[in-house]
Amino acid sequence: MTADIAITPQIVAEHGLSESEYDRVLEIMGREPNLLELGIFSVMWSEHCSYKSSKKWLKTLPTEAPWVICGPGENAGVVDLGDGQAAIFKMESHNHPSFIEPYQGAATGVGGILRDVFTMGARPIANMNALRFGSPAHPKTRHLVAGVVAGIGGYGNCVGVPTVGGECNFHPAYDGNILVNAMTVGLADSSRIFYSAAAGVGNPVIYVGSKTGRDGIHGATMASAEFDDDSEEKRPTVQVGDPFTEKLLIEACLELMATDAIVAIQDMGAAGLTSSSFEMASKGEVGIELDLDRVPVREDGMTPYEMMLSESQERMLMVLRPGAEDTARAIFEKWELDFAVIGRVTDSGRMVLRFGGAVVGDLPVAPLADAAPEYDRPHEAAPVPARLDPAATPASDDLGEALVRLLGTPDLASKRWIWEQYDHMVGADTIGRPGGDAALVRLHGTRKALAITTDCTPRYCQADARTGGAQAVAETWRNITATGARPLAITDCMNFGNPERPEIMAQFVGAIAGMGEACRALDYPVVSGNVSLYNETNGKAILPTPAIGGIGLIADCDKAVSIAFPAEGLDVLLIGDTRGELGQSLYLRELHGKEEGAPPAVDLTAERRNGDFVRDAIHDGIVSACHDLSDGGLAVGIAEMALAGNIGVDITVPEGLAIPLHAWLFGEDQARYLVTVATPQSAGILAAAAAANVPAISVGRTGGSDLTVRNGFTISLATLREARESWLPTYMGTA
Amino acid sequence: MKAGVIVFPGSNCDRDVMVALEQATGRPPAAIWHRETVLPDLDLVVLPGGFSYGDYLRAGAMAAQSPIMRAVVAHAEAGRHVLGICNGFQIAIEAGLLPGALLRNAGLHFVCRDVWLRVENAATPFTRGYRGGDVIRVPVAHHDGNYFADPETLARLRGEGRVAFRYCAADGDAGERANPNGSADDIAGILNERGNVLGLMPHPERLADPALGGTDGRPMFTALVESFA
Repeated sequence: MTADIAITPQIVAEHGLSESEYDRVLEIMGREPNLLELGIFSVMWSEHCSYKSSKKWLKTLPTEAPWVICGPGENAGVVDLGDGQAAIFKMESHNHPSFIEPYQGAATGVGGILRDVFTMGARPIANMNALRFGSPAHPKTRHLVAGVVAGIGGYGNCVGVPTVGGECNFHPAYDGNILVNAMTVGLADSSRIFYSAAAGVGNPVIYVGSKTGRDGIHGATMASAEFDDDSEEKRPTVQVGDPFTEKLLIEACLELMATDAIVAIQDMGAAGLTSSSFEMASKGEVGIELDLDRVPVREDGMTPYEMMLSESQERMLMVLRPGAEDTARAIFEKWELDFAVIGRVTDSGRMVLRFGGAVVGDLPVAPLADAAPEYDRPHEAAPVPARLDPAATPASDDLGEALVRLLGTPDLASKRWIWEQYDHMVGADTIGRPGGDAALVRLHGTRKALAITTDCTPRYCQADARTGGAQAVAETWRNITATGARPLAITDCMNFGNPERPEIMAQFVGAIAGMGEACRALDYPVVSGNVSLYNETNGKAILPTPAIGGIGLIADCDKAVSIAFPAEGLDVLLIGDTRGELGQSLYLRELHGKEEGAPPAVDLTAERRNGDFVRDAIHDGIVSACHDLSDGGLAVGIAEMALAGNIGVDITVPEGLAIPLHAWLFGEDQARYLVTVATPQSAGILAAAAAANVPAISVGRTGGSDLTVRNGFTISLATLREARESWLPTYMGTA
Repeated sequence: MKAGVIVFPGSNCDRDVMVALEQATGRPPAAIWHRETVLPDLDLVVLPGGFSYGDYLRAGAMAAQSPIMRAVVAHAEAGRHVLGICNGFQIAIEAGLLPGALLRNAGLHFVCRDVWLRVENAATPFTRGYRGGDVIRVPVAHHDGNYFADPETLARLRGEGRVAFRYCAADGDAGERANPNGSADDIAGILNERGNVLGLMPHPERLADPALGGTDGRPMFTALVESFA
């Protein structure tokens, strides 16, 4: 049937393949492909599936450490947590679908990343997300925020995995191209990790989960092209999620995984049955024969082309041990899910597709999967702006008012309106709820807990991609450290514009370089990730956004600390050096309308030294609350601690300050923490810091119900709280 | 106490309530699959929270038709105890064990946060661990928790002491802002006529462990254990 359609240059172009790529198709096939085969090449070689522009640079990232069980290349990364336990995690983008259809786009983003994690044998225990929207003034922003948040909640709440935190920024650069990055962390037995390499000639290939429909065909190709004004016409390529089926699929897969039936398993994500079957065959260096008549379908008359390219959700492909079919079938029938033997493993090295008694596709696996195009695209970085002299930056007449205004700006305002729509407590192991530095999720039945965070400061990356890449990694490391946990590894979600433009490619290359430096300096490897390019609409690119998801481990969750001031009369110490870095700060952008200067320098040696010092002090029980300093600097950080604990603070400015007060209060210098300690222990910890070459000074004392800067200003917590809490509900019209 | 937790497709707080029950009783409760038709000998059946059948059709409507529900209704009719939490409350209503309906939240959003509850009737096996008028902090997490009943039913519930919990402010006062979902009369939990079935939207099992930030939910489980000792 598909052979009837002649392959014209126009059809090739519609499949997103360049002329040279099509020449390669002809070379590999040794003949003209039919439409089905062309469709398979199209999705397999899309940027989304092949990483053809990014592969060269991703390879430079450090991926190993003694605690890494499985790095990039599988469905998700795996790290050892001791005691026979492993964390499996990854972050993935669902940007293009979420812009077109925010509810379903975001919902299926959550569903997809959950499957990547439980495919490997883990029970998902936490979801996170990193969201970037356009300017609040843009007419579509409110609709997109409402839809994305409802979609993430609608899916995650139903599957019963707590959504424990995330981040959310607004910037006009995302007006035409929002970012929805979803992360899942799962817990598995380290001796029972499941991989995707097919093996065992003759073994049955099994399809389980939902039926295949006509939704999401060519989603991966859509995600590999720029948007224009007609992008909304691509709505039919967005998949529709069914979280209830996903919940059943999780339970059924985990039940089957407790037996020894499974040889290999892979979820059907982008490019559906095509990429899952090719992935399994290519990793196992085997062939696969599929009988497409046996694929469970939602409607009659579906063609092999539609079956192979559908991105219907909640489906998995498995290779079982011979004779295990009955055990597996009984489990999937118990959970009322489709179960079909649709093929077998062969030794031919080819993917052979049969339908209606005829061979409708026959492709070699290795060339298609491994010989995908790989580009070394030209890259040319824009010059990095000069560092701003703090003394030359604009002061604000009323620094107290400046603080109130900053706390009420979109990036700093409370995101409670968002996370209260997510069930962040299901599972009854969320010991650090959203709103802190990192979420803390206890490993069920133990005293251990994982600290989880997502971070990126895109405005830093725009000014200097290398520093921005390093800063994003360092900030996740700091956020984990601030809870008392030891950072273990990261997943990255690389969101950029069109890589065919040298200045965009340079952002990518620069960010990777910075990330690599930070990962190496902090012993904090990359174990999984995802690349989303072509985030542009009408030629306008997003800010470079290498979103980083980090996890860390604390052995005794009773030792963890939060950002909240726990009591009155405690000393507040500032750890780390303050030079008053205002380049690319929120103070300049939000209060003075300037997006200028170099971002704050990232000194990785200082990061490590200061962070290790703080973590040790938390473990020793000396530090009772801790907060890392980032957006908005010291003043914002201290206000957040006061508001979280509902206890005021009296701040003392150091004598002989060499920089203007506004730079001390709002500078975004890195490698810094605020900690509380009991007064009798202050001198000791300051001395220990000096001995360890860690800058530390006392900056205040907790108490009362105001935030006071001695010889500066006094503001009530109530005023600060109102500013911080009211912006988002007011904006969304639900205040 | 012999307790059992019904597991429906889509239940997702079944484990959480089993942990809370085990902490109170010292032994794990029975997990009962929804396709069973016979209950073991139990003092207490728990209908757990979650999204049974994905909340498709109407929250709780499909689970109420599960094979095990006939046995659960018979268990209640025999005077034995049933506790429905969140989706379990919705299922109990759909199964006719409790009156009224649970509508979409007034704010239209899913809402997950700690709320304050005033204990209105502390003379039941479920609530005797509290004192009447106690104000406790327990989380809610639901999209359809807006309790509705006709005025006569509401009057009966009030008159017969069948309102077990009301949403309130931290100081115990009623008030619109303390009610997270628009429930009639600030109702968070109700009892059936015999007082042996309790349905409530908040999740006591989620704050029954100090590591989670509170233990106000724990007395419900310890009181049940004492009731059936």
